[in-house]
Amino acid sequence: MTAMLWIGTRKGAFTLRPDERRRSWKLSGPQFLGHIIHHIVQDPREPRVLMMAAKTGHLGPTVYRSSDRGRTWQEADQPPAFRKAADGEAARAVQKVFWLTPGHASERGSWYAGSSPAGLFRSEDGGERWQPVAGFNDHPMRSKWVGFGTPDGELLHSVRIDSRDPKHLYLAISAGGVFESTDGGAGWTPLNEGCAADFLPDPSAQYGHDPHCVAMHPLAPDRLYQQNHCGIYRLDRPARRWERIGQAMPKNVGDVGFPIVLHPTDPDTAWVIPMDGQTVWPRTSIGGKPAVYRTRDGGKRWRRCDDGLPKSQAWLTVLRQAMCTDDRLPHLGLYFGTTGGEVWASVNSGESWRCIARHLPEIYSVTHAI
Amino acid sequence: MSCTVHIPSPLRSYTAGAHRVPADGATLEEVLASLEGRFTGIRFRIVDEQSHIRPHIRFYVNAREAQELCAPVGAGDAVHVICALTGG
Repeated sequence: MTAMLWIGTRKGAFTLRPDERRRSWKLSGPQFLGHIIHHIVQDPREPRVLMMAAKTGHLGPTVYRSSDRGRTWQEADQPPAFRKAADGEAARAVQKVFWLTPGHASERGSWYAGSSPAGLFRSEDGGERWQPVAGFNDHPMRSKWVGFGTPDGELLHSVRIDSRDPKHLYLAISAGGVFESTDGGAGWTPLNEGCAADFLPDPSAQYGHDPHCVAMHPLAPDRLYQQNHCGIYRLDRPARRWERIGQAMPKNVGDVGFPIVLHPTDPDTAWVIPMDGQTVWPRTSIGGKPAVYRTRDGGKRWRRCDDGLPKSQAWLTVLRQAMCTDDRLPHLGLYFGTTGGEVWASVNSGESWRCIARHLPEIYSVTHAI
Repeated sequence: MSCTVHIPSPLRSYTAGAHRVPADGATLEEVLASLEGRFTGIRFRIVDEQSHIRPHIRFYVNAREAQELCAPVGAGDAVHVICALTGG
């Protein structure tokens, strides 16, 4: 089936639909014009179902659900919200729903949401009612784990579920680190050994790291990749020590970025978009020359893929949810959106790139749907 | 007691486009409960889960700002929900 893309932006949701050869793309929308859309995710268990994390500048955060591939949307009856604080307890309120993950294949209708401030929420009824996951949100270490957040607040993201075991979960917090649960979210432990945190006074800290994006390979769930504030990493469970595979990136490029995306069938293939993490952290293409880097051997070697991308004076920023693949093998589609409102596409696994949309609002997420 | 609630444009998707809706209640909290009963979801967009008024929302009862949900509302009062003029 022909892929389509959902584009979540600071001002609404858009779709891009290609022709059969993915040469021509038709932009539609906006839907929810003026809403801040952080994530739009299709349910692989029921592809008619989509979930959208939204808010506006004035109003509180919410979640919209569609059961007709995005033609119509219904607001959640009970959006993600922290439990009422007890007397004397710090009161937390969800400022934005930042991340959405469909639940395990065996748990139809289940979803997870990550929020700012960092909170984990679960729905068991297709996103109609959301409950706080107390095992994380009320964990006695939570306040220490979430550290000092980001300029956009604490962000809980990259909720990943082991395809072999619905109770085996990972999540990531910026800044805070990667955490693992083996009991369905009741208990959590940090999983950050080997990750650099050169902004912390203790370089061997157990938590406080800044994972920008964690990906789990769908066919090899023991294989995790991480694009961190301080490098690109791989972890092959049951090991607990991340290996810094970004050391193999060119030294003049470095290994800082936001997104990391994986090949749908080859656990050794991944793509990243390096950004400038020097001095005051401009977070733009290095030297104004955007490039995607690809590894095909689990991070031993990286290859620059910039054919078709601007050669100079292009200061792009690509956020962590704003890059994805489609499922068209062997000519895999790869897509990313920029904070400057452009969408770029490759239909040959990243070898060459073409701009397929521009003049959109600031792009927060690019996701593939069938 | 019945009052009239003036609905700002960002919230009119809940009220089927209505600019003004009647509501019952002797306090702002009760008025919001009355609204929520008719327009599911509207309260959470303007008051958070800790019952704090959201940062860019203001309530006025007649011409007086109500900073707490326990603020009294009388029969015939006009309750204004204001979205502060911020953003870009």
